Amino acid sequence: MTDMQAPAAPKLSRIDAINWNRLQDDKDLEVWNRLTSNFWLPEKVPLSNDIQSWKTLTAEEQQLTIRVFTGLTLLDTIQSSVGAPSLMPDARTPHEEAVYANITFMEAVHARSYSSIFSTLCATQDVDDAFRWSEENPTLQAKSTLILDRYYSDDPLMRKVASVFLESFLFYSGFFLPMYWSSHAKLTNTADLIRLIIRDEAVHGYYIGYKFQLAYEEATPERQAEVKDYAYGLLMELYDNEVKYTESLYDGVGLTEDVKKFLHYNANKALMNLGFEALFPDTITDVDPTIMAALAPNADENHDFFSGSGSSYVIGRAEATEDDDWAF
Amino acid sequence: MSTAPQLVYFSTRSGNTRRFIEKLDLPAERIPFEKDASPLKVESPYILVVPSYGGGSVAGAVPKPVIHFLNDEHNRQWIRGVIAAGNTNFGTAYGIAGRIVAEKCRVPLLYRFELFGTAQDVANVRQGVTSFWPPHP
Repeated sequence: MTDMQAPAAPKLSRIDAINWNRLQDDKDLEVWNRLTSNFWLPEKVPLSNDIQSWKTLTAEEQQLTIRVFTGLTLLDTIQSSVGAPSLMPDARTPHEEAVYANITFMEAVHARSYSSIFSTLCATQDVDDAFRWSEENPTLQAKSTLILDRYYSDDPLMRKVASVFLESFLFYSGFFLPMYWSSHAKLTNTADLIRLIIRDEAVHGYYIGYKFQLAYEEATPERQAEVKDYAYGLLMELYDNEVKYTESLYDGVGLTEDVKKFLHYNANKALMNLGFEALFPDTITDVDPTIMAALAPNADENHDFFSGSGSSYVIGRAEATEDDDWAF
Repeated sequence: MSTAPQLVYFSTRSGNTRRFIEKLDLPAERIPFEKDASPLKVESPYILVVPSYGGGSVAGAVPKPVIHFLNDEHNRQWIRGVIAAGNTNFGTAYGIAGRIVAEKCRVPLLYRFELFGTAQDVANVRQGVTSFWPPHP
């Protein structure tokens, strides 16, 4: 931010002591509570149980996995060091700033987690090679540039758009692989850790998208049209690059087409987080059911009573509830 | 008879569930989220559409206003099914509020959708809800 341009004056013109008992927006506390109750550290996951499984991967599969995780590390680093902090000056409430502080730290935890996976499973030389690869890989660097340009711009709405696309779309070419391994009963502890990251990113994308929508609704129709245009334009630029990135990584193992469906599915969700309609039709968002199942291990069948494709007349499994609240 | 709500829903300020309901274009009533609003009373069978809270954990997964609505025995006697909004990123907790309400009220969890639902979700639920109710005598 230093040599690009002077930062705009923060929206909150003075700093007052934050009072969490006086909220301007209930959503700030709701999301703060979600994020803090979801807090975790990589040490909680027994990654060393994956050492045997790691050895069953071929050299090519190992290299792919390390590269994918290095690419994810770069995105988390960007989000922690630039993306989430860049949202703070536009915060509408002091509580929103505090939520971004939480997101900033959690993204640092995510970035740190991949190094835990590496130190547990991989040879130092292979990891060093992957970091060098990440610095030189044109499509990985291109997505970094596309996002950082928006983060360093003076357009607060586009900073949020870029942030939601990173949180809700760009990660998924990477997240695919550990879910794929998990569906083949490989690296299952690593997959547990990745699922924690996936859970966090959903809340981040939802919250930043919600704050985007508040600002978007206040804009003039002309400005709204412009922002919407920019947003879909940026998504398509990112998507074209993401397809190339995906091909360069996954062609060798024959998974490119499966990853692309996962990209389409998640791009739609990223747009929805911004309040925009989905772009990719259902015919190309039909993610392999084993990947969807890997997102929710040990879950029941899907609940689609209407189509009859799920378990029929399912009554939910017993769930512990906060009985203080329920009077029956 | 035809003015009776078929759907009762809750939606927070982010409005994802409200948007889904608007796209369905079926008779629906909203459980108010303002603390001082007068409580909703329902007089006929309905399907509850509920978003999941809590980002993955059971505690606090069902929005408080929905719990208050269902704590009213009169409201509870008319519930016939649940539809849950959520996000598959929450894994096994995807749409967990729907599962909790289904279990508590002994009604089926009919459908789950993400965020404000795709066009296909809207079509599936429209079709499903319309055929769910028995034909009028």
